[in-house]
Amino acid sequence: MSVVVAKQLVKTYVAGDIKVEAIRGVDFSIEPASFVSFIGPSGSGKTTLLNMIGCLDPPTSGQLQVAGQDITSLSRQEAARFRGEHIGFVFQDFNLIPVLTVFENVEYPLQMVQSWPNEKRKKRVLEMLDAVGMADQAHKYPSQISGGQKQRVAVARALVTNAKLVLADEPTANLDKETANRIIDLMKQMRDEFKTTFVFSTHDPRIVDNVEITFALEDGTLHRLEKSAGGDHA
Amino acid sequence: MRNIFKLAARNLFRYKRRTLLTSMLITLGVVSVLLFISVSGSFKALMVGQITDSMLGHVQIHKQGYLASVDSLPLNRNLTGKQIDKVVQVLAEEDAVEAYSMRIKLGAMFSNFIETTNIRLNAVTPVDEIKTAPLLTERILEGEKEGLLKPGEILIPELIAKGMKVKVGDGIVLVANNKDGSVNGQNFMVRGILEGISGPGGRDGMVHIEDAKTLLRIGAAEVSEVAIRLKDIDQLPAVFASLQEKLGSMKNQQGQPIFEVHTWESISPFFNIAKMIDLMTFFIKIMLVAIVLVSIMNVMIMAVYERINEIGTISAIGTLPNKILGLFVVEGFLMGVLGTAVGTAISLISIAIMNATQISFDFGRQTGLLLSPAIGVADVVLVVVIVIAIAVVASLQPAWKAAKMDPITALKHV
Ligand SMILES: Nc1ncnc2c1ncn2[C@@H]1O[C@H](COP(=O)(O)OP(=O)(O)O)[C@@H](O)[C@H]1O
Ligand SMILES: [Mg+2]
Repeated sequence: MSVVVAKQLVKTYVAGDIKVEAIRGVDFSIEPASFVSFIGPSGSGKTTLLNMIGCLDPPTSGQLQVAGQDITSLSRQEAARFRGEHIGFVFQDFNLIPVLTVFENVEYPLQMVQSWPNEKRKKRVLEMLDAVGMADQAHKYPSQISGGQKQRVAVARALVTNAKLVLADEPTANLDKETANRIIDLMKQMRDEFKTTFVFSTHDPRIVDNVEITFALEDGTLHRLEKSAGGDHA
Repeated sequence: MRNIFKLAARNLFRYKRRTLLTSMLITLGVVSVLLFISVSGSFKALMVGQITDSMLGHVQIHKQGYLASVDSLPLNRNLTGKQIDKVVQVLAEEDAVEAYSMRIKLGAMFSNFIETTNIRLNAVTPVDEIKTAPLLTERILEGEKEGLLKPGEILIPELIAKGMKVKVGDGIVLVANNKDGSVNGQNFMVRGILEGISGPGGRDGMVHIEDAKTLLRIGAAEVSEVAIRLKDIDQLPAVFASLQEKLGSMKNQQGQPIFEVHTWESISPFFNIAKMIDLMTFFIKIMLVAIVLVSIMNVMIMAVYERINEIGTISAIGTLPNKILGLFVVEGFLMGVLGTAVGTAISLISIAIMNATQISFDFGRQTGLLLSPAIGVADVVLVVVIVIAIAVVASLQPAWKAAKMDPITALKHV
């Protein structure tokens, strides 16, 4: 069963008299444990699409199922619960909580979103920090580590709850190319290890060499790119 | 819940200087209020004690209309015969009454055989008077304090002693008008000098009630004033109500009330000062509330604004709105607790220091009154609860704003 199924998905923003059709009726589905990217230039609708999949923004029309659940009409509270339970997020600006240590940042979803018992929680956090190679930095604060390290911690935070789906909106935009590639490799490695579905967006065509499934977005419309076309397309 | 406190505390610590400034403001407010309450309270208690214990008593009973014309010390408005019996009987029924003193108040000519002046006098039964006004003997500046006075002796006020150059042991003459218009004179020996105090009766002299009767040629029992001391001043409202009911409501054949009953509050002008102090305490409390409200709200609005991105992040990853609300409310709460804790500690220490250093002050003609500030647990608890509650209330609005923030908008904020 697909993790994400979208049918005739439309998102229109209305600001005063101006209507912006950010997503114009797209259809796609994403299978479990796949590694998917949405690529497109700035303003093509990547963020809009990921926000809808991530239950942050309801679609204007069409169908959208995530983790087997129709999410087109969840209340704010229900949406928050759904995100906390099923989805992990990785942000462009890392968005770690500055007053918490690396360890506590990864612990946060298990403590403040879900409520795991103490011992199980600590064990899980260490396991995740180990997986992303940040165990030795556990007691540092975000301001004391590099951007690439922050994003590793963010990946650990997204995975720690056993989320079925991790959404990453331009996770490498603030990293140099080498670090960016290492983060993409890390996410792929995590997918292999935890069988989590990874969906991320990027405007950088060089990144998608590593990606298995690529959807190209242009002016709110979508088409799937063949693997071979990846690198030098668009 | 522990994590909410941990996060809130860390965020407060992140902006140390701001947290410290806000808490200090609250501390300052708490200290001012607690010190004001304790100092003014002790001043009030001291003054009330001085007034009631050295002269007025807690309650006074007169014949209806006496106080209205008290300036002329009218002898034709004294309580007589059956009226006195009634008062004695009623007072015997009141358990809260510690003692009472029946006084004749009179005006007379005071002569030292060279000069003459006017004098106002209270004629009393010494044993009753001492029990009713226990601080009275303290006011005897010169002369034997023990036993107050005996028949043939007079206590004269400080001012007359100075003005007429009269000393303890001197002989003087009092000449007084009687009720029937005739005049009578009598010799007295100066037993002591009475210190003057503020308020009604504070500059009166004193003689034995038997002397007043012969001087005024009064045969039967007659009394201008009954001063009553209670075992505990807190019983005043209850006793007053009971006396009002039993005596104040009694009417003569013409349907006029016979007695008038007053508490010290309606007789002494200090009561208005005491009321002013209470009013000031109230306004200072209001100011404290305003300080806490404005400073905490200000800081919390800033805190929410600075952390819009963080709010977007935690909201996106599934933190429920009420937890976000809790995070910010707890921050305000902790700041309130910090400010109050420090403020209460400083206040209690200051009060202890004030007591140790024995601060004295003068009020009117009284000098060297010792201030002993104290504060009740109830007052401290009240102030603490008010401040912390206001701190929470002040954080509610900003916290609510944070809780209902849209994660997408918040994440986009730079
Ligand atoms: N809240 C909004 N209100 C109005 N227009 C919006 C809003 N969010 C996005 N858009 C518009 O929708 C289109 C897609 O934006 P976005 O999804 O952010 O693109 P991308 O992430 O690919 O750069 C753009 O034209 C953008 O201006
Ligand atoms: Mg975008």
